[in-house]
Amino acid sequence: MDWSFLAFIIFSTIAILGSLMVILQKTPVSSAFSLVLVFFSFSGLYALLGAHFIAALQILVYTGAIMVLFVFVIMLLGQDEKTTDLKDSSLLFKGIATLGGFGFLSILLQAALTSKDTTGKGIYTEEKIAEMGGNLKAISEVLFRDYIFHFELVSFLVLAAVVATVALAKRKNSQQGEIS
Amino acid sequence: MNDPWLMLIVSCSVFVIGLLGVIFRKNLLIVLMSIELMLNAVNLSFVTFSKIHHVLDGQISVLFVMTVAAAESAVGLGLVISLFRTLKTADSDQIQMLRD
Repeated sequence: MDWSFLAFIIFSTIAILGSLMVILQKTPVSSAFSLVLVFFSFSGLYALLGAHFIAALQILVYTGAIMVLFVFVIMLLGQDEKTTDLKDSSLLFKGIATLGGFGFLSILLQAALTSKDTTGKGIYTEEKIAEMGGNLKAISEVLFRDYIFHFELVSFLVLAAVVATVALAKRKNSQQGEIS
Repeated sequence: MNDPWLMLIVSCSVFVIGLLGVIFRKNLLIVLMSIELMLNAVNLSFVTFSKIHHVLDGQISVLFVMTVAAAESAVGLGLVISLFRTLKTADSDQIQMLRD
């Protein structure tokens, strides 16, 4: 029995069932905790693929930062009562949307699985990465050599997001109810 | 993992589940969570293809996508709070200020 395959089966089952639970749960709090489950299993899948830095970052950024933000907002809004919005839409709409989703899934799988023939192989094989000193060293070398400009641009994006969030938060305090 | 193509099946399934969540749910918080699901599915396919092709650019892209996702959820949740203070609801069907 291949242990990595067993781990893949466990993590992918948790990921798919957890994401189904995210969209089917009635309260936002249970959706948020199902999402934490999905993020953890995705981190395991990244580790199985050899992307150890991404796996660590997934737990730090997603489960550590983004989910705390979500849970804080749920707490602030007091959204702990059960919602009925899944039952509100008609059965016909839900059936059509599910069928469309399955059709889209089959198209996606067709596109992904028929792209098997790969010409132009890159140089970063597993042996090369191990020789360079591990996944983190290889990534940082590529990031700060080839992608340094993009890295700086992303910092501007984060700055813009911070300014936008502060503007959204401040406006409510000074002029109450004038957003509409 | 000797067959990374199985990862693509997981990635596509989670992406479609997130898409259905955006279509079905009207609670804005759950819609934002479904968007996070879709972004994660795309990240998984980035890492998978970067392993298949023996390049590291996919993993660099995941770094950028994570940054964008963090910024997006910060701004999105700020908007949800702002809307909730105005309308007292987090239901996306109740947002019809442009109609009135």
